[in-house]
Amino acid sequence: MRLLEHQGKSLFSNYGIPVPKSRLAIDESEAKAASEEIGFPLVLKSQLTVGGRGKAGAILKCYKESELVGKFDDLIHKEVNGELPQGILLESMVNISKELYLSIFLDRGRRLYSLICSKDGGIDIESAGDKILLDVPLDGLSQKTAEDLALRLDIKGSGANSFVQFVLKLSTLVMQSEAELAEINPVGVLSDGSYLALDSKVIIDDNSLFRHPEMKKYHQKSTLQAKAEESGFSFVELDGDIAIIGNGAGLVMSTLDLVSDRGGEPGAFLDFGGRATTSTIYQALELISKIPKIKAILVNLFGGIVRTDLVAQAILDAYKTGIIAVPIYARISGAESDKARSMLSGSRANIYDSVEDAISSLINNSSRVTLNAHEL
Amino acid sequence: MNFDIFDLLVGKPSGPNYLRKPVIIQGITGNFGSAHTRLMKAYGTNVAAGVTPGKGGQDFEGIPVYNSVRDACKDFDVKISGVFVPAPYFLEAAKESIDNGIKLLIAIPEHVPIRDSISAVNYAQAHDARIIGPNTPGVIIPEVIKVGIMPHQPFSVGKTAVFSRSGTLMYEVSYHLTKAGIGQKIALGIGGDPINGTNLIEAFELIKNSEDVDSVVVVGEIGGDAEEKLADYIVSSKFLKPVVGYIAGRSAPKEKKMGHAGAIIYGNYGSAESKILNFAKADIPVAKRPAEIPDLLLNKMRR
Repeated sequence: MRLLEHQGKSLFSNYGIPVPKSRLAIDESEAKAASEEIGFPLVLKSQLTVGGRGKAGAILKCYKESELVGKFDDLIHKEVNGELPQGILLESMVNISKELYLSIFLDRGRRLYSLICSKDGGIDIESAGDKILLDVPLDGLSQKTAEDLALRLDIKGSGANSFVQFVLKLSTLVMQSEAELAEINPVGVLSDGSYLALDSKVIIDDNSLFRHPEMKKYHQKSTLQAKAEESGFSFVELDGDIAIIGNGAGLVMSTLDLVSDRGGEPGAFLDFGGRATTSTIYQALELISKIPKIKAILVNLFGGIVRTDLVAQAILDAYKTGIIAVPIYARISGAESDKARSMLSGSRANIYDSVEDAISSLINNSSRVTLNAHEL
Repeated sequence: MNFDIFDLLVGKPSGPNYLRKPVIIQGITGNFGSAHTRLMKAYGTNVAAGVTPGKGGQDFEGIPVYNSVRDACKDFDVKISGVFVPAPYFLEAAKESIDNGIKLLIAIPEHVPIRDSISAVNYAQAHDARIIGPNTPGVIIPEVIKVGIMPHQPFSVGKTAVFSRSGTLMYEVSYHLTKAGIGQKIALGIGGDPINGTNLIEAFELIKNSEDVDSVVVVGEIGGDAEEKLADYIVSSKFLKPVVGYIAGRSAPKEKKMGHAGAIIYGNYGSAESKILNFAKADIPVAKRPAEIPDLLLNKMRR
């Protein structure tokens, strides 16, 4: 679960990590109220879950009240990488003397947490020059390690203690809130030697949420997403018009690739997991039926244990109750596939032995439909 | 640590329980645990005992159930456990079995928190034990033993090792291999999580010196850098057996979790292009479709 900047900053505040004064606004009147509270100059920051907002011009400086409404309107309607902002953060503009990069993240390969710190803040960390990398144990960074880090960064005097406290608080946050990543880029260094988190990128381990009720308020999901989770499905909505359903994340991903290779455009990824019963397949089809753009459904089901006649029954039921009207192309390998085939003959569903055959039919038929539309 | 997975799962002709290594199932009375215990037993796995706290003294279709791993280990000399407990209880279950002498844990549960997985792996390492998973379909040595949830139909006896981050793709790929007459010595699910008790490199280490394995198929997917690191390992360790690969998720969007907790691209980190590029550097041909794998492998073995 990736938190928005303002959510990450509110989490920072909970752990005593200083952040600039800020307030979220979703419309003009809220923006005006926020600016009165914070005062000018301020920075308007688009709240997005995708990166690259700086380059896309989704952060604007605002020096006086007369600029506010125009700039706010610009940002609130501005898409970045296909995403509209979930509000604009109005933040007090801070005078900083220096910027640092600081993050703690899960190093999957080494199966531990690592800290990265660099004197080059505010830039892409991959291009940063001097990077310091440290291991962070599961019980958090020690005072000694944080002090050594300050030394290596040449942070001396009264600033050293503020820095050490700043780093230790971030380490506590990562361990206690079970984050996969907590990145502050940049960390602002003020002229008095204190430190401030000017941005936040925080990802929380979804699988730990059951023991973090306090994180629930950050868990935003679409209605479809919520419905999918209720049924125990993994679901991702995509841009195209072909829904892809299967048992197993890898298999569905692989099917997505095969469809894309043939020029098809996947519109939904749905992994219903290990249980291929009549009711799970029906529920999956019901979920897909809620996405109007879907023109065809590809089912890729692998399993020696799966009874294909139960799957065929779900498809028949879905056509009969009218939740599904689009054609279904199904590759189903498993027991009773002859029975499944005869059950579905005459319906809008077809069963294939290989996924390649199912995709070929789907692609050929949909291009024929497009041709017909042209002729009309 | 020299960890001999074949000795644990199969044994030696002269040693005890050859081809009949006993296994315990933690969470045997749950829906999932009981259904798969039945299938494992039918396949020939020697399920000696089950563990479910509070159900000690019962039996599951002839398999005795104990309250704790400790109690089960008093009656049976077991080194292997299949863990089917719900994710929130995984860490506790793993520690309990390691404390009682289990050396190989097949960790089936999905949705184990990262912190718990790291703790369990650290605990296993400190006690010379090994975890496969979590979020793995398990491990199968065709016609000898399966510990996990995989269907047995796709697998056949042979000399190829299949290592996969995805469960169903492990079945799919093995099905295509079997259809082409290429059997498997072992198929092992790495698991779909960000943290793997046995990662790809460690899986390769398991079969590196085995004369019974003549080739490897590795099924990767987007997320993390396990495939990139494996490619480095294959080059630097001068791994000699022929290897072919498959990477799922070429068309997946960035920053979206594609079903598996570990299948997510951040920037270029975890992208399919990066993995395919690194496989190419290590001279590992990458199939575009699972069905192409047998031909790629046969070509590679002929060279």
